[in-house]
Amino acid sequence: MSVVSVTRLWGRAAAVAALTLGLACKREERRFNASYPSPPAYAAVTLDTLQPGVPSPEITVNSPSEGNAYDIAQGKQLFAQWNCSGCHSHGGGGMGPPLMDNEWIYGSSPENIVATIVEGRPNGMPSFRNRIANNQLWQLAAYVRSMSGLQAKAPSPGRNDEMQYKVDEQRTPIRTPRASSSRNVPAKSERP
Amino acid sequence: MTWAGSIFDTAGPPAERIARLAWFLIIVSAVTYLLVLVATGMAMRRARARRARGELADARPETGKRLTRNVAIAAIATTLLLLVFVTATALTNKAIAWPLNAQQPLTIEVTGNQWWWQFRYRDSVPSNWLTTSNELHIPVGRPVRVILLSNDVIHSFWIPELHGKQDVIPGHRNTTWIQADRPGAWKARCAEFCGLQHAKMAFDVVAESPAQFDRWYESQLASAQPPTDSSAKHGHDVFMQRTCIMCHAISGTEAGSSVGPELTHIASRPSIAAGTLPNTRENLGRWILNPQLIKPGVRMPPNALPPAEMNALLDYLETLK
Repeated sequence: MSVVSVTRLWGRAAAVAALTLGLACKREERRFNASYPSPPAYAAVTLDTLQPGVPSPEITVNSPSEGNAYDIAQGKQLFAQWNCSGCHSHGGGGMGPPLMDNEWIYGSSPENIVATIVEGRPNGMPSFRNRIANNQLWQLAAYVRSMSGLQAKAPSPGRNDEMQYKVDEQRTPIRTPRASSSRNVPAKSERP
Repeated sequence: MTWAGSIFDTAGPPAERIARLAWFLIIVSAVTYLLVLVATGMAMRRARARRARGELADARPETGKRLTRNVAIAAIATTLLLLVFVTATALTNKAIAWPLNAQQPLTIEVTGNQWWWQFRYRDSVPSNWLTTSNELHIPVGRPVRVILLSNDVIHSFWIPELHGKQDVIPGHRNTTWIQADRPGAWKARCAEFCGLQHAKMAFDVVAESPAQFDRWYESQLASAQPPTDSSAKHGHDVFMQRTCIMCHAISGTEAGSSVGPELTHIASRPSIAAGTLPNTRENLGRWILNPQLIKPGVRMPPNALPPAEMNALLDYLETLK
């Protein structure tokens, strides 16, 4: 093996390791004392991309909770403890609209969801202005997005006792591995 | 042999049995250890004397029969000793698992949370049910049935002066019995690693005479008095219109959430944040402003209240005696 290829190999290994570590750290990072952005001002969040004339630049707030397993898990606890299920029924919808489908009346982006929680919406959604801390707002929004698969699979809760948009991890049917070639097929006498 | 949280500083029947067993194990183990040391010393002396006489150390190897005999004696002695320990432990376990002579037990439901304790006193009259947090009062001389529940992960309920540990398991009711034979105030801690702030999940235990206990119970059962001075009134509004109301309850007000500790009589408690800080105005202010600096990972969020609101809120909380 030449020197060049060895160096390249090491370089690749280092890159893969850095990538893995970087991604893994973001996914599991727990920021206890970080300042989370304040809920976006009413005027700043848009629900529609359709605009007369030249569209104005889109204002987006970068949610620190997106893709963060800890924040999504915290959001899940808050969702249960603050009785969001009272109306949204674990995301399946009841008095309130379902949250695990792909229909979003007031937008699906984290800032749209935070605005919905803060401002409230007609016909039942209460306004939680000043009642929920900034970090908890983004955590809730991140969890709500995970309910319909808008979060990456890795940070999303994998096991749920309630309904989900996908088959639950612990409820997926057991698949028996199949032999890839005839060599591994057991003899007829050995089969059950 | 006493220090804070010592199992030898017993204050109740189960703790006494545990302390007795501990002494028994310590003494028997110490005697056995000394005997082994003496036997080893004698063997060394004999070997040295033999070498001084010019004999080789292995000049007289143990013959098969003698070796077998010695090994058999050692094995039988060890087995008997272990058997004695197992029997003593089993007898103690049986004695402390048996409910105390319970004619009129007090029933307290304990719920472990990350990272605080909730106590619900059960009474035959439902309107006399009482909920407190992080402070357990029990009357002296009366058996207490403790029902252990968890809201999240496995914790462990341990008052070293009163009883051994009992795990607090989510989705399962565990029961243990305690009884205080003398008045006292102790610190109890969670005894099973339960997350980041496991070390700061303590509670205060107060054992007092039945009359004192009844007085405390009556005072805790009362709803919070509406504030009278203007600053405390403002503080009441701050509590009801800010983040506090999402998690905490104050009986007699609109605040009724049970996500965090109940605060109806917070001003009467010796400590805040599950035994983390002494309950002073300064500590309370620091805690409300940013709990994450004191107990990183705790579920209470930072609350950047403007100074005027914070002062009013503290004035209000101080009225909750």
